[in-house]
Amino acid sequence: MVAAPSTPPPVVEVNNLRIRYGKEVALQLDELSVVPNEIFGIIGPAGSGRTSFLKAVNRMDLFDRSMDVEGSIRFRGRDVRTWKNVYSLRRRIGVVFPLPVGLPLSVYDNVALAPRLSGVRAKSELNDIVERCLRRAALWDEVKDRLSSLGSLLSGGQQQRLTIARGLSQDPDLLMLDEFSIAVDPVTTMRIEDVLKELKQELTIILVTNLVQQARRLADRTAFFLGGRCIEIGATDAIFSGEVKDRRTTDYILGRFG
Amino acid sequence: MPPLGSLSQDLDRRDFDWYADKLVEILVFAGGFSAIILILGIFFFITREGLGFVFSSLDIVEFFTSPRWRPTSELNATYGAFALMAGTASITGMAMLIAVPFSIGAAVYIAEFAGPRSRETLKVLVELLAAIPSVVWGFIGLTLMNSLIIEVFDVPVGLNILNAGLILGLMAAPIMTTIAEDALKAVPDHYREAAEAMGATKWQVTRRVVIPAAKKGLAAAILLGVGRGFGETMAVLMASGHAINIPGSIFDSVRALTATIAAELGETAVGSEHYRALFTLGIFLFTITFVINLTADIIVRGTRKR
Amino acid sequence: MSDTGGGGSLFAATARDLDNRKKQARYRGVFLGMTLLLILPVFLILAVLISRGGPILSLGFLFTYPSSGMTAGGVFPALLGTIFLVTAALVFSVPLGVAAALYLSEYAADNWLTRLINLAIINLAGVPSIVHALFGVGAFVLFFGFGTSILAASLTLAVMTLPVVIVSTRESLQAVPRAFREASWSMGATRWQTIRHIVLPNSVSGILTGVILEVSRTAGETAPIMFTGAAFFLPFLPQSVYDQTMALSLHLFVISTQVPGVPDALPYGVALLLISIVLIMNSASIALRMVLRSRKKW
Repeated sequence: MVAAPSTPPPVVEVNNLRIRYGKEVALQLDELSVVPNEIFGIIGPAGSGRTSFLKAVNRMDLFDRSMDVEGSIRFRGRDVRTWKNVYSLRRRIGVVFPLPVGLPLSVYDNVALAPRLSGVRAKSELNDIVERCLRRAALWDEVKDRLSSLGSLLSGGQQQRLTIARGLSQDPDLLMLDEFSIAVDPVTTMRIEDVLKELKQELTIILVTNLVQQARRLADRTAFFLGGRCIEIGATDAIFSGEVKDRRTTDYILGRFG
Repeated sequence: MPPLGSLSQDLDRRDFDWYADKLVEILVFAGGFSAIILILGIFFFITREGLGFVFSSLDIVEFFTSPRWRPTSELNATYGAFALMAGTASITGMAMLIAVPFSIGAAVYIAEFAGPRSRETLKVLVELLAAIPSVVWGFIGLTLMNSLIIEVFDVPVGLNILNAGLILGLMAAPIMTTIAEDALKAVPDHYREAAEAMGATKWQVTRRVVIPAAKKGLAAAILLGVGRGFGETMAVLMASGHAINIPGSIFDSVRALTATIAAELGETAVGSEHYRALFTLGIFLFTITFVINLTADIIVRGTRKR
Repeated sequence: MSDTGGGGSLFAATARDLDNRKKQARYRGVFLGMTLLLILPVFLILAVLISRGGPILSLGFLFTYPSSGMTAGGVFPALLGTIFLVTAALVFSVPLGVAAALYLSEYAADNWLTRLINLAIINLAGVPSIVHALFGVGAFVLFFGFGTSILAASLTLAVMTLPVVIVSTRESLQAVPRAFREASWSMGATRWQTIRHIVLPNSVSGILTGVILEVSRTAGETAPIMFTGAAFFLPFLPQSVYDQTMALSLHLFVISTQVPGVPDALPYGVALLLISIVLIMNSASIALRMVLRSRKKW
């Protein structure tokens, strides 16, 4: 699925991006684009700048004074920094960060928060959203009888899935997942992976993962980040069959470092 | 997926929530900024009332060196604040003599020796000590402490430096204890562990490792205690004897700067020379406590950076 | 541990160790003694006040006017006046203080302006109470023309206790982990929505603790209200915020220093009443804080 002239315009388009924390450059990205309805995998060892990238797309740098973003990230054809309403932008872009955060609200309110903030009031509609998102995050069966208990007191794995359910509840155009399966058991991970494959019909997904095989299973295209640089971008099949520009990609995929 | 046109509009339109957030930001900023306005306001208004005196009648040399505070003299009113400064200084000095060792000792015990349960209890009790109102302390000085001092030391008057200093020491101790304890607690545990691993006892660790590492915070605690002492009004007014005096012993009655304002402001006519002179004392007090607080803050900031 | 004791097992205490341990116990004892000596006065004072002032405290004492030139009767107008003053002071200081704390905790960037605001708060807390009184006279009584009134006195009290509200509120706000805010922001919640839905609901009881503490501080203050709105004696209750009022703290000062022939028990009773109000408020605040700490929501 390499971008061809006939394909629709990319959802995310990056040019000459440089993210710094003080003097330290966390990520330097010359060019990258994510097209609609694909799962775009990003692999690489910790500290390779993947999380910073997601933060910059979602404009979380706005509240992090130490973070400096230069260059351009286009969402829907326009630099994310030029959209006047950063909150609307974030509502369109769901992010699931690696640390599970159950908000100190009831499980129900955790998932209903985003729809409520964007103006959904009808009880039945909220119920539908909550159930749908919890099912998709493979959490419904475990919490359906205690939707009123505190989300922040669920187990780590449950909170992780609750975080995913929240990300889905925004009904985003772009969903960015950062190591979502870090505290989730393999069976549940598989269930969520199936959901992601289905979701691809409706939205675009950027999947940051340190499980090389997860990228192989899910991603249409994969990028390999290393030390704040993008070493490789290409169709997942190609990369995993060894068609790489840089040897380090193969080394990483085969588990020789990282 | 929604049509692109409407989506872009959505991202480019500042909606109600956006404006609500901005409005709140402006409101709470006004709240934060009010602290600056207020501190400037305090300086402005006390200067406004006192400045006329500073420029017309104040004799700086007399103010700082003469012990004659005779604002009500018909013929020749004099405004020498030296005795008042000596009074404030002697009471504060007496108070620190008591409060410094005791509050640092208490801080060491609470931070280094006490178990978690007794630490909580002691901190609560220190907090209660801090809660006793100034006027109640003054009343205690006026009654209990007064008769106690007369009895024990066989002196004619018990309202003196010793009395006010003891009271003030107890009043300043809680804040000093709390800040000193914070400073000790801020010393990283691995310092202690490293020293203990070498076989040092708790006390050796405290004396040779923890206290030196926390010395800036401890200095700030003492400085803030001094600031409290300088500024305390009611207790000092009631327990010091309120007599203009360059003290020769701790059994002499003295009069403090703050107490002078409290005792005389009610009897002066607004705008009179005496009234303005009292505001000038206020400017002096404000300046001193400002410098003390600033210094303490700089010291504490220094420790935090390290 | 160096082996200076000679012979014996490896773990046997050396003479030096024993000496150290003895020293250790001694130092521990000294510091404990200092701590206890420091807090002993609280109990001594309470005991004396209760024994001398306790007998006079009664419902009648609380609800009758002073009589015979304040040498007899109760404290009703002073008690009510303190309640008025504290309430009015809260009305001004709580909204302003909470706003300032919200700004510092939720909006402020780490820049020179924020440092300046923090510095102002520290200094506001360090200004002597009598200087606050002078400010109250210069600003509220004279410049704004409120006269010596409940309004002027409570504004002065509010300015004086503002740092207490700001500091305690900011502490409760910052006890809410940043991760919650980031989770909320990442979903497109504005900062205000995050404050309203996540931060405030989880810090409101902590803020309340600080407010109760402020009540206790305010109730005991004397110097700031002496010249701004508290009266030595008034035979009637204030009718509006532009009237003067009596106050318990000033009443204690007046009857113990300015009025001749006051029977001993009277000022002790007033002091006991004042300290009880303050300590009850303080204990309530401490108790609330402990309950909160034991009921973790995350």
